[in-house]
Amino acid sequence: MAEIQEKGGGGGKKKGPKKQSTKIDMTPMVDLAFLLLTFFMLTTTFAKPNVMQISMPVPPEKEEEQPPLKASNALTVILGPNDKVFYYDGLVREGEAVPELVTTDYSANGIRKHLKERNTNPKLFVMIKPLQEARYKNVVDILDEMTITGTGAYALIKDFTPDEKKFIKEKTGIDVVPAGANVGSAATAPAAPATAAPAQ
Amino acid sequence: MVDLAFLLVTFFMLTTKFSPEEVVVVDTPSSISELKKPESDLVTISISKDKRIFFGIEGQQAARQALVEMGKKHRQPAFTEQQIRAFVLLPSFGMPMNRMGQFLAEDSEGRKALAQPGIPIDSLDNQLGDWILNARLANPNVKAAIKGDNDADASTVQRVIQTLQDKKVNRFYLVTDMENKPAA
Repeated sequence: MAEIQEKGGGGGKKKGPKKQSTKIDMTPMVDLAFLLLTFFMLTTTFAKPNVMQISMPVPPEKEEEQPPLKASNALTVILGPNDKVFYYDGLVREGEAVPELVTTDYSANGIRKHLKERNTNPKLFVMIKPLQEARYKNVVDILDEMTITGTGAYALIKDFTPDEKKFIKEKTGIDVVPAGANVGSAATAPAAPATAAPAQ
Repeated sequence: MVDLAFLLVTFFMLTTKFSPEEVVVVDTPSSISELKKPESDLVTISISKDKRIFFGIEGQQAARQALVEMGKKHRQPAFTEQQIRAFVLLPSFGMPMNRMGQFLAEDSEGRKALAQPGIPIDSLDNQLGDWILNARLANPNVKAAIKGDNDADASTVQRVIQTLQDKKVNRFYLVTDMENKPAA
């Protein structure tokens, strides 16, 4: 490939080896270098994926052992279809005042604002309940919001109480089908005893 | 310029790590978490857009042991050395046990052509649970990571989490992309 060109022509006027300059044609090598460069640039993956660590509560042996959750410390976040999120303060219980159900989204002015407001209460406990229609992205988003707002106590909960189901149906017209409902719910962590009624 | 080109070539050659070919494209959601994904002692449960579940075991020794135990549990004919060797090199797989032998007998091209239905997770035939159990038996330090697609539904994810909890795995990772922390 490399050709050696002799300068000074073919004449017999050589004066010494010093004058004879050798030049190597570098074009093919440079071509190759750039080819390799392009190849490695395109195949390389820099970003190592990040992970979030999740610790689920260990299901208690006996449900009665848990202290009941006070309504003033409770916030329920329901992940709905089409990237919508519903939340209400307090609990839904038979014969008690019905809380207000607010519809919002995952933007900075949506659920995050409310979480920050409620976060002044150090005993705040957030119950995250995805509906069947929710996407996985929604679950990660809401867990992320917990980190962003610094909410320490939260749980992913699958069960809805019958009262709660009725309440959501009335307010939004959505039939409550909890995510993952077709698995036996016995082992689900009833992190909040207020909602520990097993889904049927 | 040529010097620079070679410098870059060297740099990319040294830093590049060929990412293993994934059987399914999973577009992960992003989070502000700064924790890096561990390199070893990891099992990855991938959930694709169409709700199929894939399983991947890091570490060849652990993968080998898990496969042999799974074969025994699901009454499959013993795997040949060749099949096991093919298995430990797989980054992830989504084959039920009854078709695993046939799947592993193929060459890599044939495996690519076979559609992988995903690992069964019904309550009657929860092979994902068995895989998790056997991966943990093979390597007690193993941690689980769930790698779900943006559009995977919460139901499937909940079921996977439920399966993990049934196997007493209450602490696991969710694989996400990086996202900038919003200004407080």
